[in-house]
Amino acid sequence: MNCRSEVLEVTVEARQVEEAMLALLHTILLHRSTGKFHYKKEGTYSIGTVGTLDFDCDFIDFTFVRVSSEELDRVIRKAVSEFKDALGNSGSDGMGQISLEFYQKKKSRWPFSDECIPWEVWSIKVNVVNLANEQERQICREKVGEKLGEKVINVVEVINRHEYLPKMPTQSEVDNVFDTSLKDVQPYLYKITFQITDSLGTSVSTTMRRLIKDTLAL
Amino acid sequence: MDSGLSPQDKKDLDKFIKFFALKTVQVIVQARLGEKICTRSSSSPTGSDWFNLAIKDIPEVTHEAKKALAGQLPGIGRSMCVEISLKTSEGDSMELETWCLEMNEKCDKDIKVSYTVYNRLSVLLKSLLAITRVTPAYKLSRKQGHDYVILYRIYFGEVQLSGLGEGFQTVRVGVVGTPVGTVTLSCAYRTNLAFMSNRQFERSAPIMGIIVDHFVDPPCSSQLCVCLSRAPDEEDGGPFAGVQDSQEVCTTSFSTSPPSQVRGHTPSLLFTVFLYPLTSSLPFSNLGDDDGLSQSGEGRRDEGRRSVSPSDPVESLNAFTRKIGAFVNKPSTQITATSMDLPFAAFAPRGLDSEENDPMVQPPDSPPCPSPLQASLHSQGSEGSGPQDDFVMVDFRPAFSKDDLLPMDLGTFYREFQNPPQLASLSLHISSQSMADDLDSLPEKLAVYEKNIDEFDAFVDMLQ
Repeated sequence: MNCRSEVLEVTVEARQVEEAMLALLHTILLHRSTGKFHYKKEGTYSIGTVGTLDFDCDFIDFTFVRVSSEELDRVIRKAVSEFKDALGNSGSDGMGQISLEFYQKKKSRWPFSDECIPWEVWSIKVNVVNLANEQERQICREKVGEKLGEKVINVVEVINRHEYLPKMPTQSEVDNVFDTSLKDVQPYLYKITFQITDSLGTSVSTTMRRLIKDTLAL
Repeated sequence: MDSGLSPQDKKDLDKFIKFFALKTVQVIVQARLGEKICTRSSSSPTGSDWFNLAIKDIPEVTHEAKKALAGQLPGIGRSMCVEISLKTSEGDSMELETWCLEMNEKCDKDIKVSYTVYNRLSVLLKSLLAITRVTPAYKLSRKQGHDYVILYRIYFGEVQLSGLGEGFQTVRVGVVGTPVGTVTLSCAYRTNLAFMSNRQFERSAPIMGIIVDHFVDPPCSSQLCVCLSRAPDEEDGGPFAGVQDSQEVCTTSFSTSPPSQVRGHTPSLLFTVFLYPLTSSLPFSNLGDDDGLSQSGEGRRDEGRRSVSPSDPVESLNAFTRKIGAFVNKPSTQITATSMDLPFAAFAPRGLDSEENDPMVQPPDSPPCPSPLQASLHSQGSEGSGPQDDFVMVDFRPAFSKDDLLPMDLGTFYREFQNPPQLASLSLHISSQSMADDLDSLPEKLAVYEKNIDEFDAFVDMLQ
């Protein structure tokens, strides 16, 4: 099965990184979360209700809608915070990428571990800039708000193509498709990873890989 | 075409589309209320949460929507539209955006109604939630209050986009294919937010901020005007109190096997909210517009609206100067103000003909009297209304000011406020009294300071 891959790119100021990432990740997760499944007899199930919440950004002229689930928000915030710290520590020319990957688990026989097969990957490329004065920051506030609006429209456009979605699972299979660990909502199984690009344009991970390869080649 | 569509499926599909239309209107209207929306997730379904989303039902909106749809469903050629407009406190209004729920002929025969269509409609509603926060009208609606309010109107039938001005943009929220057609949800929004309506050029511009806005009644005054800035908590308690009919239960059971368990009734949610779009113009958009100043001698278009009555001599001078056009090329005729009882009449701009007598321009052959400057120095106590002969008439042109004789130009201002009255506290008898007190207390103060001299020295060292 082919994995659908979408790339979004944003240019923000350092203090806007967190909210910009939250905005985009939450918008995607809003569309990729359902209510909790309650399985009943005869193979039927009912679905709980997903609430929504408006969030006003402090550093960006933007409001986004997220799923009304504090647990989910905590998880996403933690991931974004790690990404932000990594970006900050990388140096002044902050460039990085955070990826939200939706996957399905495929149970394999022992001794092989379960396979994770991604079916949709969203990559958000971030470019951090430093601004000189307050006026530029004010303009940046508005501009980034508009850009995020465009990105939300892009996300919605992709999602509404209604391309591949995992089949609705039976009760025994539900954990292979959905993340059932949360109390109030049920997103598709996802994972968030990130990588930081240093100022030379190469990502840190590729540099490490190259180093190891070179060492082994000797 | 219902080929292949079972009666149960057809019934369900109609139900889904009706409720979808209802929820669409609720989402749009609530997004323009000006407040942040927050609903709670619930792991157990309640039976009234259509599309598994917690969307409140505002009863007034439900009522209006039902009125507009009048038993019909959005179909091919029959679109349901929600129009959002802005109305200023002066009564002007402007359409901001139009959300359209349309149906086209493209059918998807193989799709499962009870499951796939339902879930895709749910995703489309989520997309609508996201997009309603992105269009320009959202920010405007969050700031509504004193200066303007946001209104909504629902209508059914042909989509009308002419009120959105030139260059409006369209954003597509999404589509869902069904066996009877494809449901499309989109938004057309105005990009030109300048409040210049055609009417503005018919009115004459006000002067110096006197705004005259006598508008005729808007054309569609018979339509219901529903204001969105009303607080939504007027409804009966509970988040779902809006669902009135007892049989309006949404499908909450799904099956992993072919659909067999689905049951439900046929609720009919019709949403028509009548918006009252008004074309508006911003207040104060005419400030600084000089075209209103009519030429001298010609009829003043705005005379009837001005409330200037020359009670003040300065006002009367200003009233006279208003007669002169702002950008008239001929040299402005200076009015001799000496005929009026002005305090600084000598300093008022004099007519051109006075230049002939101007000693500065044509110096007298011999200066029989002391120079005018000396004369003015000696008479500093006087208020300047002394004989004009002692003074040299110099055209007073303050730096950086325009010479267009508008009321309260810089020169007039300067002249008027050149000699302000003395401050009461500085008047002689009060100041002398306090001076005496100060002198008496001086020895005591000096003694205290001498005692604390070390402290002061330390303080001074600290500063250095």
